[in-house]
Amino acid sequence: MTATPASVLPLARPNKPRKAKASFAGWGFVGPFMLVFALVFLAPVAYSIYLSMFRNQLIGGNAFVGFDNYVRAFNDPQFWDGLLRVASFLAVQVPIMLIIALVAALAIDSARMYASNVFRIVIFLPYAVPAVVAALMWGFMYSDRLGLAGNINDLIGSDVLAPLSPQWLLVSIGNIVTWEFAGYNMLIFYAALRTISTDLYEAAALDGANQFRIIRSIKLPALRPAIIISIIFSIIGSFQLFNEPNILRGIVPNLISTFYTPNMYAYNLSFTGQQFNYAATVAIIMGVVTAVIAYIVQLRGNRAGQR
Amino acid sequence: MTAVAPRTRALPLQAAATKRRRKYDPTRRSVALTIVMSLLLIYSLLPLFWLVINSTKTQEDLFGTFGLWFGNDFALFDNIGQTLTYNNGIFLRWLGNTVMYVVIGAGGATILATAAGYGLAKYQFPGRRAVFAIVLGAVAVPGTALAVPTFLMFSQVGLTNTPLSVIIPSLISPFGLYLMWVYAADAIPTELLEAARMDGASEARIFFTISMKLLTPGIVTVLLFAVVATWNNYFLPLIMLSDPQWYPLTLGLNQWNLQAIGVGSTPIFNLVITGSLLTIVPIIAIFLVLQRYWQSGLGAGGVKE
Repeated sequence: MTATPASVLPLARPNKPRKAKASFAGWGFVGPFMLVFALVFLAPVAYSIYLSMFRNQLIGGNAFVGFDNYVRAFNDPQFWDGLLRVASFLAVQVPIMLIIALVAALAIDSARMYASNVFRIVIFLPYAVPAVVAALMWGFMYSDRLGLAGNINDLIGSDVLAPLSPQWLLVSIGNIVTWEFAGYNMLIFYAALRTISTDLYEAAALDGANQFRIIRSIKLPALRPAIIISIIFSIIGSFQLFNEPNILRGIVPNLISTFYTPNMYAYNLSFTGQQFNYAATVAIIMGVVTAVIAYIVQLRGNRAGQR
Repeated sequence: MTAVAPRTRALPLQAAATKRRRKYDPTRRSVALTIVMSLLLIYSLLPLFWLVINSTKTQEDLFGTFGLWFGNDFALFDNIGQTLTYNNGIFLRWLGNTVMYVVIGAGGATILATAAGYGLAKYQFPGRRAVFAIVLGAVAVPGTALAVPTFLMFSQVGLTNTPLSVIIPSLISPFGLYLMWVYAADAIPTELLEAARMDGASEARIFFTISMKLLTPGIVTVLLFAVVATWNNYFLPLIMLSDPQWYPLTLGLNQWNLQAIGVGSTPIFNLVITGSLLTIVPIIAIFLVLQRYWQSGLGAGGVKE
């Protein structure tokens, strides 16, 4: 923010004792967070890396195997199956969801809608619904027996609508995720739009710019940081896809394999297969892939912003 | 404001001026835009509407009547009664567990994130940049990379299958820390802190008497998002808990749903649906009641770089 004279003042005159006290006080506030953070974030990551280097064998017990587990993962068709599935999910679902969110945020921010408050709150509301309930509701609505899909098929006398068939399943999951998070992303964009000074709009209008020109030249550039954050959160979310397919599995157990997504694969490896070392390896690979892609997005976003 | 209009081009004709103003007047409402956006509104409400309608149906009507309208019998209160008493009232137990996880987990997460975000925003201390880098980097680590090793670590110290195994990981919210950091940097004038120090107030006293008040909208926002995350948590308790006595609502509902495909068990879809409705009513109510807070909290600092 703007540097007020008062905030510059302490810099002007050296005041060492207070500085020392302040540095101690800073850790007093940050310390508790970092302590728990180390316990539930840093320690598991370190332990995970350690686990991925070992293998539990019948003969010889826990043996150091170096990168063998990683080699195994790269040659594992089940791992690749899940990875490619979430990658294609990411490529299709995230753009659709973010465009819906962007259009909604621009529409609500434009002040050209009736009852825009109601729209903002209601469209955001699905975010408050637990993924379990969201997946159960949509899963029921998708199903033939007690769902809307069955009703509609009866109505038009065919069975075109089959959201839970093998070829439509991933799209159906994408719909659930879009429903859950479009409003959340809309709110992030909307919050960023509200920080734009209205002077800019007035100046643009005086220069004869129309709404679309204002969106292209003022609003979208101002939204860039928010869009980058949303893309990164969505990438993380897509690669972690677990809740929705895992719950739909209770409705269509035959269509969703134990390795449907890498996250489900790691979970099933651990808790039904007892292969903790290999599960940790899969999790680490997914963490690295996510971090690298998120980093590239941020880098490219920033570079494009400087141009 | 309109007086400066001729700056760009001379517009002597009154008609042209009003035409232009009408075109760019931002307060003009558009019916077409409202209708288009209504489609999104309907999409957002459709599953919730379906849930409300179907929680009034008996299991027979669930299968036999049209999904988006009431069935032959109005069984809402019957369903609620059954949901609350089924299996010796296990649903109420799950509700109690969820409330416990939310109060301790989300409450603790908010306290930790508030203090740490404030500390990062308002104090210079050695290692400050490292803290920031580590926490932001950690956001990219997927939940599973943490969940499996956390489970193994907790099982070695006997924490799995206890409430603590769900509560401890819930105490950390990197997003909350980030939000609080940005919010505190904006909301608290440094000169105010300086003045308080001049008067001899301790750092703790300054935090509790001055800063907390200024941070309130940010704190409510962080609390709300932490409450939603904990209330809706599924993956973590799924891994940590094996005893249904400690389940939160989300895990319990899925267990009820799985009864339908279990061998020799009876489906209880009406209870799954009514239970789902009862699960989301409190969280949606909290959101609507606190909307003034979270909207200003997010608006002030949610996504600034």
